[in-house]
Amino acid sequence: MALHRKIAYINLTTGEVETKPIPMEIRRKYIGGRGLDMYLLYNHTDAGVDPLGPDNAAMISAGVLTGTLASASSRTHVAAKSPLTGYLGSTNMGGFFGPELRWAGFDHLVVRGKAKTPVYLWIHNGEIEIRDASHLWGEGAFETQDLIRKELEDEEIQSLVIGPAGEKRVRFANVRTSHKDAGGRTGMGAVLGSKNLKAVAVRGTMDITIRHPEEALKYNKEIIDKITSTKFGQIMQRWGTMFIYGVTNSTGLVRVKNFQQNQLPDSENLECENLDDVTIGTAGCFGCQLHCRHRYVIKEGPYAGTYAEGPEYTTQGAFGAEQGCTDFNTVLAGNHLVNDYGLDTLETGSMIAWAMELYEKGILTDEDTDGLQLNFGNDEAVLEMIHRIGKRQGLGDILAEGPLRASERIGRDSLKYNIQVKGMSNLHSDERPTPSLALGIATSSRGSDHLRSRPAIDLYHLPEEALRKIFGHPTPYDGPLSSDFSDYEGKPRMVQWQEMCYEAVDCLGVCKFHSVFLSPNLLSFDEFSKLLYHNTGLELSPADIWEVADRAYNIERLFNIREGLTRQDDWLPDRYFDEPTPIGLDVARGKSIDRDKFTKMIDEYYQLHGWDEKGVPKPETLKKLGLDKEPSHML
Amino acid sequence: MQKLLIVDHEKCTGCRLCEMVCSVKKTGVSNPSRARINIIKWEADGFYLPMLCQHCQTAACMTVCPKDAISRETDLNRVVVDYDKCIGCFMCVAACPFGGMGIDATEEKVMKCDLCDGEPTCVSFCDPKAIEYIDVSAAALKKKRSAGEHFSELMRKFVG
Repeated sequence: MALHRKIAYINLTTGEVETKPIPMEIRRKYIGGRGLDMYLLYNHTDAGVDPLGPDNAAMISAGVLTGTLASASSRTHVAAKSPLTGYLGSTNMGGFFGPELRWAGFDHLVVRGKAKTPVYLWIHNGEIEIRDASHLWGEGAFETQDLIRKELEDEEIQSLVIGPAGEKRVRFANVRTSHKDAGGRTGMGAVLGSKNLKAVAVRGTMDITIRHPEEALKYNKEIIDKITSTKFGQIMQRWGTMFIYGVTNSTGLVRVKNFQQNQLPDSENLECENLDDVTIGTAGCFGCQLHCRHRYVIKEGPYAGTYAEGPEYTTQGAFGAEQGCTDFNTVLAGNHLVNDYGLDTLETGSMIAWAMELYEKGILTDEDTDGLQLNFGNDEAVLEMIHRIGKRQGLGDILAEGPLRASERIGRDSLKYNIQVKGMSNLHSDERPTPSLALGIATSSRGSDHLRSRPAIDLYHLPEEALRKIFGHPTPYDGPLSSDFSDYEGKPRMVQWQEMCYEAVDCLGVCKFHSVFLSPNLLSFDEFSKLLYHNTGLELSPADIWEVADRAYNIERLFNIREGLTRQDDWLPDRYFDEPTPIGLDVARGKSIDRDKFTKMIDEYYQLHGWDEKGVPKPETLKKLGLDKEPSHML
Repeated sequence: MQKLLIVDHEKCTGCRLCEMVCSVKKTGVSNPSRARINIIKWEADGFYLPMLCQHCQTAACMTVCPKDAISRETDLNRVVVDYDKCIGCFMCVAACPFGGMGIDATEEKVMKCDLCDGEPTCVSFCDPKAIEYIDVSAAALKKKRSAGEHFSELMRKFVG
C-alpha cells in the first residue's frame, strides 16, 4: 500500500546501496516528502558540512500521496544543505518523476558520497543500479532524459536530471524533469553535480494500493469539480501563473530594473495573452486538472522554431520586468535556456538584473562584462548572460556564485543593491506595500521565497469573518486579523498558517496551487486529512497534520540554527526600509517597510512559533513536538 | 442509442489522471501498467495521444482468439472478454493494432477497456474532455464542428 514504500541509502563513494522500510512511527511524525526529508537532513549531516563536499546528504523523495488519488499528486522534493545559502536546501517539483519513483518501490533516497566518475542511478521495481554517465556529462537537461530512455530502451522512464550548470556547480543550478518541471531553488543541482550524479532514472510497475478506492475516487472527483469551478482554477487552466502579471504590474507590486521601479509601463507584450500566438496547448503534471503550463514553439528571434514548455510568472519577471525588457520572445527563449542549462530561472534573472544595476552605477564596467552592453532593456544581453552563467564564463562565473559570494568578489557596496534574504534572491515581487508578504520572505526557512509562507490572499481584502474561518483553524487563534494588506497587525498568524499549509502540502506530495495559496476556496487541513485517510488509511486529524507540519518546520529551524543562522538573518534588504516605492496605484506608491513595526511583527511571529526572542525554539516547544532528542537517528 | 468512446488528442494535457482512475477502478491500486488506457507522449514536441481499445467492428482480437472468448456486445457497443473461456494465449494482445488489449501482470490475464459498463470512469475525470463518451450518430458531426472551428475564422476573414 501507499505506506509501504521504502527508503534507500546510496553511497556513491563506495557504491553501497541499502534499503529499509519506513516505520509507522516516523510516518505519523513526519508523513513523508519534505517533512521526512527534513528529519533525514538533520540526522544525516553534521554541523558545518561542506555543501559541495561528499559528506553533504541529498534527499530525493515523493510525498505520501504522490501517485495517488489526491489532487495533483505529482510532487517530488529534494533537500540537502544549500551551496547557495549555507542553510537549508529544499526544493519541490511537479511532473511525473515522483509517481514513477513510487511505482518503482521507493519514497525516499538518501544519496551520500561522491562517485569517481559521472554516474546515474537506475531505479526499477525495487532495484537500484549505479550506472556510468560519462556519455551524459555535458548534455543539456532535455537531451539527457532522451539519451537515458534510448539507452535503457524504455520511453516511459522518468528522470530527475541536472544540466551543465549543475555539473559546473553553479550555486543556483536546479534539478529537473520533463520539459517544464524544476526543483529550482537553493541549488540542489550543484549538490548532485558535486557528487558526480547526473541523473536518477526511475521506472516501475508496482502497485500503490489505495486504502479505500471507491471513496478515494468519489472524493477526488468532488475536489476536481470544486477546483475547476473556481475562477482561479479556470484562469489557471487558460493562462497558468502568467495571469498574475497583469494584476501585480498594474498595481505596482513588481520589481522592475532590479529594484528601481515597481511597475513597468508599456509592458503589454509581457502579458499572458501573448501566449495565444505561440501555444499549441497546455500541459498538466500528474493527475492535475489545472494544467497550468503551455506547450509552445518560439516564432521569432534567434531561437525561432524551438519547442519549449512554460513559462511561468517567475520567468516573466526574471527575463522581462526585472531587466526592463518587454520582448515576449526574450521571456520564451530565456525560459528554454535556463531549463536546458538546469538553472533556477528566478535566481538567474535576479543576478542578471542586479548586474545591470551595478553596470548602470559604474560598479561593473565594460572590462568586467568583456564588452557586453549590460544595459536595462537589452534583450540580447539578457540571453547572453544566461549562457555565460550556465557555462561559468567571464562575469557569468562570478554571478554563478550567487548573491553573497558574487558581491564579495565584486565589492564596492554591490551587496546593498542585491535583493536577497539569507543569500537567496527574491521573486520579482515588491513587498514594500505588503508587510505580510515582506514578513514571509524575511522569515522563510530557505531564504527569500514566495512558496514557503506567502499569504497571497491577504491581497484580496477578504472580510475578517472569512479570514478567521481560514486562519483560525485547525489550531485555535483569537488574536487580531486584518483585511487591509498595508497593516502590520494581525499578519504574523497568516504567515505562520501558510507555512504550516505549504509544509503539509509538501509532506503529502500535492501541489500548492490546489491549496489555499492564490485562492481562499481551495484545499487545506480538513481536506488533507480526508485525502490521507481515503488513500492510505492513515488517520490524522486536521490538527494532527498541523502538528506534523509544525514539527517539520521546527526541524528546519533547528538545522538553520545549527548552521549558524541568527535573528539577523530573518531580515530584509535595507532598500525595503530606505527607498519608498516610486510609482503605482495609491495602495502601492510611496510605501516602505517600517523598521520598528517590522521588528514587532517578527517578535510576534516568533511567539506564535514558540521560539524565543532570538528565534530559537524554546525547550518546551521542542518537547511538545517530540524534537527534544534530535538528532535521534531512527532512520 | 449506441455510444462511442472517442479521443481528441488536441485537448489532452498529458496528465495521466485517466490511467490512474482506470487502474484504481479496475484493480483498487494506482498503477498505470494495469490501466486500460494510457497516454502516449512524444515529449520532444509536446504531442500527447490517449490510446485504448477502439471496440472495433471487425476486431482483430476477436478474429484470432482460438477459443471464441472475445465477443461483441451490441447493447453497449463493446468488445468483451469471457474469462471462463480465455486460455491466456495472448494472441489477442499480439493481434491488436492499437495495443488496446493488455496484460495484467499481477492477475496474469488479458485486460482491456470494458467502458465501465456504460459509465467510463476516465471520461468522468477528464476535465479538458480529451476523452468523451457520446452517441455514435453525433460523433461525426461533433468532429466536423470541432475541425470547422479551426478554419472558420479564416473563412470569415478571407472568404467572407
